[in-house]
Amino acid sequence: MVDSAYPSAMNSEVVFRTEHLSKIYDMGEVQVHALREVDLELYREELVVLLGASGSGKSTLVNILGGLDTATEGRVLYGDQDLTRANDRELTQYRRRYVGFVFQFYNLIPSLTARENVAIVTEIAENPIPPEEALDLMGLGDRLDSFPSQLSGGQQQRVAIARAIAKQPAVLLCDEPTGALDSETGVVVLDAIERVNRDLGTTTMVITHNVVQAKIADRVIRLSNGRISDITINKSKTAARDLTW
Amino acid sequence: MRGQLLAIVLVVVAGTATYVGMRGVMHALQETQATYYTEYQFADGFANVRRAPERVAQELRTVPGIGDVETRVRASANVDIPGFDKPVTASIQSVPDGRAPRLNQLFIRTGRMVEPGRDNEVLVNEVFAEAHGLQDGDTFTATIRGQQQQLTVVGIALSPEVVIQVEPGGLFPDRERYGVLWMSRRTLAAAYDMQGAFNNVAFSLAPGASLDDVLVQVDVILDRFGGTGAIGRADQPSHSLLEFEFEQLRGTSTVLPLVFLLVSAFLINIVVARLVNLQRKQIAMLKAFGYSDYAVGAHYIRLVLGVVTAGTALGTAAGVWIGQAMGQLYLDFFRFPVLTYTLEWPVVATAFVLTTGASLIGVTGAVVRAVRLPPAEAMRPAAPPTYKPTLLERIGLQRFFDQPTRMILRNLERQPIKSTLTVIGMASACAILVLGLFFTDAVDYLVEVQFEIIQREDLTVTFTEPTASRALYEIASLQGVTYAEPFRAVPVRLHYEHRTQDVSLEGILPTPYLRRVVDTALQPIPIPREGIVLSDRLARTLHVAPGDRIRVEVLEGARRTHVVPVVGRAEQFIGVGAYMDFEALYRLLGEGPSLSGAFLMIEKEAVDTLQETILDRPQVAGVISQDRAVEGFEEASAENLLVFTFILSLFAGVIAFGVIYNSARITLSERDRELASLRVLGFTQGEISYILIGEIALLTLVALPLGFALGALGAAGVLALLETDLYQIPLALSRATFATAATVVLISAIVSAVILRRKLHTLDLIAVLKTRE
Repeated sequence: MVDSAYPSAMNSEVVFRTEHLSKIYDMGEVQVHALREVDLELYREELVVLLGASGSGKSTLVNILGGLDTATEGRVLYGDQDLTRANDRELTQYRRRYVGFVFQFYNLIPSLTARENVAIVTEIAENPIPPEEALDLMGLGDRLDSFPSQLSGGQQQRVAIARAIAKQPAVLLCDEPTGALDSETGVVVLDAIERVNRDLGTTTMVITHNVVQAKIADRVIRLSNGRISDITINKSKTAARDLTW
Repeated sequence: MRGQLLAIVLVVVAGTATYVGMRGVMHALQETQATYYTEYQFADGFANVRRAPERVAQELRTVPGIGDVETRVRASANVDIPGFDKPVTASIQSVPDGRAPRLNQLFIRTGRMVEPGRDNEVLVNEVFAEAHGLQDGDTFTATIRGQQQQLTVVGIALSPEVVIQVEPGGLFPDRERYGVLWMSRRTLAAAYDMQGAFNNVAFSLAPGASLDDVLVQVDVILDRFGGTGAIGRADQPSHSLLEFEFEQLRGTSTVLPLVFLLVSAFLINIVVARLVNLQRKQIAMLKAFGYSDYAVGAHYIRLVLGVVTAGTALGTAAGVWIGQAMGQLYLDFFRFPVLTYTLEWPVVATAFVLTTGASLIGVTGAVVRAVRLPPAEAMRPAAPPTYKPTLLERIGLQRFFDQPTRMILRNLERQPIKSTLTVIGMASACAILVLGLFFTDAVDYLVEVQFEIIQREDLTVTFTEPTASRALYEIASLQGVTYAEPFRAVPVRLHYEHRTQDVSLEGILPTPYLRRVVDTALQPIPIPREGIVLSDRLARTLHVAPGDRIRVEVLEGARRTHVVPVVGRAEQFIGVGAYMDFEALYRLLGEGPSLSGAFLMIEKEAVDTLQETILDRPQVAGVISQDRAVEGFEEASAENLLVFTFILSLFAGVIAFGVIYNSARITLSERDRELASLRVLGFTQGEISYILIGEIALLTLVALPLGFALGALGAAGVLALLETDLYQIPLALSRATFATAATVVLISAIVSAVILRRKLHTLDLIAVLKTRE
């Protein structure tokens, strides 16, 4: 059992648990097994890097954990809540309360300024931090009133992270957050994610296919062909700002 | 895309069907009228005389420019139809013995022509026969000159003289209480004491002759025999009412469908351009595969042509069907032997060219923009949109808007042209609805003013000839009459500079109670002791204003001419009028007091008996009931306008839906990424619906008042086109019209919103996250 491995130094409270999680996409005549019987536990405040090639099932796993997709078989538990039994409304509420997302392509609202992009989430959150503070945390205190079209890719991604963390989510799910960025900017973004995890204690999962980035993780999970092929506890984490690729 | 294409097809169908149907029915009616008039020799002029010997016909034939002359006997009769207990009057007209009439020939629908020498045979006008279920062989009694006669129906007929059957002196048809009958000349002359004489003549014009010249000559000849002035077709009751109806139809059938077609063409243009814009990526892909710009362009042009052609074909079919159905409805009102509806290809071609042209312009512009980009660039979506805070926010209102509302406002403000076009599209649909509905309002208002403020009498009695004032007291003393007010009507010709106009000049009391003269504020105005008051439109026709002096030529009796000052202008929607004080009129005529008739106020329940009692008096020519006039008016207007109104409203609804649905659908395509992102962030279906539907709602709210304004402008324009001598339709728009138009637009918006709301359920949250903006 690989999933029982967890770093002894860390909090042992389980945030997510998946049991025999499978996902099959029906693509007309062929069926694609995106996930096959995945059993996994994620612990509070840990930073997990999910590594794997294209099509290995990384995004599918994150989407199911984030309540964006549903499993074909098996169960996903968030604390006591069984996400596999939740309806659309419950999943929406789950995403709204507990999950922060960061995507490869930022997905900011172009018609809103940086501050407003964060505010649109804090307006509907229960216990948010002020948008200005979240942006300040991301080093964007001076770009509050800029529209996305006026920001660089790295800045946009940091606005996206500010948006994700401003509601103080229980988990932060980042799907290739540096995928559209050059390495220098990517480091800045990873550094920001690392700080969120460290300073706010947000359980964080980062998808990447860049092995170097795995050095910032507490645990590294490798996916291959829809299965977990390996889980490694990272004994000596490297700070994001010291990475190069 | 299927839904959008379907919506485009619907808009094209609505535009084309309205255009083809209404133009077609108008064309059919006009063609039918022209053919009927020619084939059945409808006369060019008519004249009434008291009694003229037959030899005068020979004299009339010598008038230069006159073609054929047909003398007739015309009698009015009281008719007693079995099973119908209300008073019925009839106009009986003679047909020549032993030959068909040369002018105003009859179309025999059933039965046969009356035969000379058979006293009791009669032909009955079709509408009247239908109203009473009369058939060949039926009998009824008629009282002609106090003499009761049993008449047998030998046939049902139509005449170009009675395409619309309208009582002399009445403005509107009443098919039950007034009918036209034809009898043998010999029989009628015997009954009416007109042997060897005539009291009515119809004549045609020789090719190229001037009607006015002929009318003057005829008047000169007939004056000695009590002629009351010859009239041309334009003043013949059936023809003038027909022309008036046609005038209305021409307005509604030309202007409105064209507006429809233009609006739908405009909408297609917008929608098609936006559709192609959304297909940038596919266009780039095709180009990357090696398709030429030409091939890509041709693909979209074929798509649009296919949609538009399908829409035009369906619309033409629907239009033909509507045209035929409406034609049949009109045949009930306009009695032609047959109505042949023919599809006019130029009309179809116009519809096709307009819709195709508009959509091709839309598609070409968008395709050219799309193919001009190198494939790699086009594969990327258009440059990231640049936004800025809206004007509302910059002036400090920002704190009142939450983020979703700011998104709505900024999206609208960032694409002012798109927003404006959408607003114009919706406003046009709203305006079309107002145009379709306003006629009813106008007619209601007209009836209210004419019959509640101006004409307040219950009955109008007209005498066969000017009668001593004593007759008024006799009528006033009848059981059930509460008040009687006299009038004297004289046919006159008004001259001012080179313009002339024939009217009936009415002498009335200085401050009449029943038949009042009102100003434009609808306040009664007293009639000055000297001078003449003209209705507003008459004053405009003659180009005179109060203070001007006009020449009044009396067309009866001693035919004196006087110069009289114009002393006032009166508001009058029906007919044209000229009014003078009684005493002043007698001085003008050079006669002592005499009356043409009286306006009566009566006890309502006495109406039928009173009508009968009064009609039985020998000097009485007719009694017209106000209620019947109102009914007749409403029937006349309602019958043919209702059909138009219904169809217009239906199609306006379709167009409103087409525009709103397409705008909303395209907005969804443009926003799906943002909306999906928000869903991922935990926004509910309802919260993202607000952003999408709020945009549509805001545009709709802006569009409605604009649509009202456009509709009111359009209505004023249509009315200006429709103004005729017979009546003028006031621009009166009711709240109900605006409310209905708004409701249809809102329902279209709500239905679109509901469909879109359902589409939001199918937003693919994951797919949008995987693609780059």
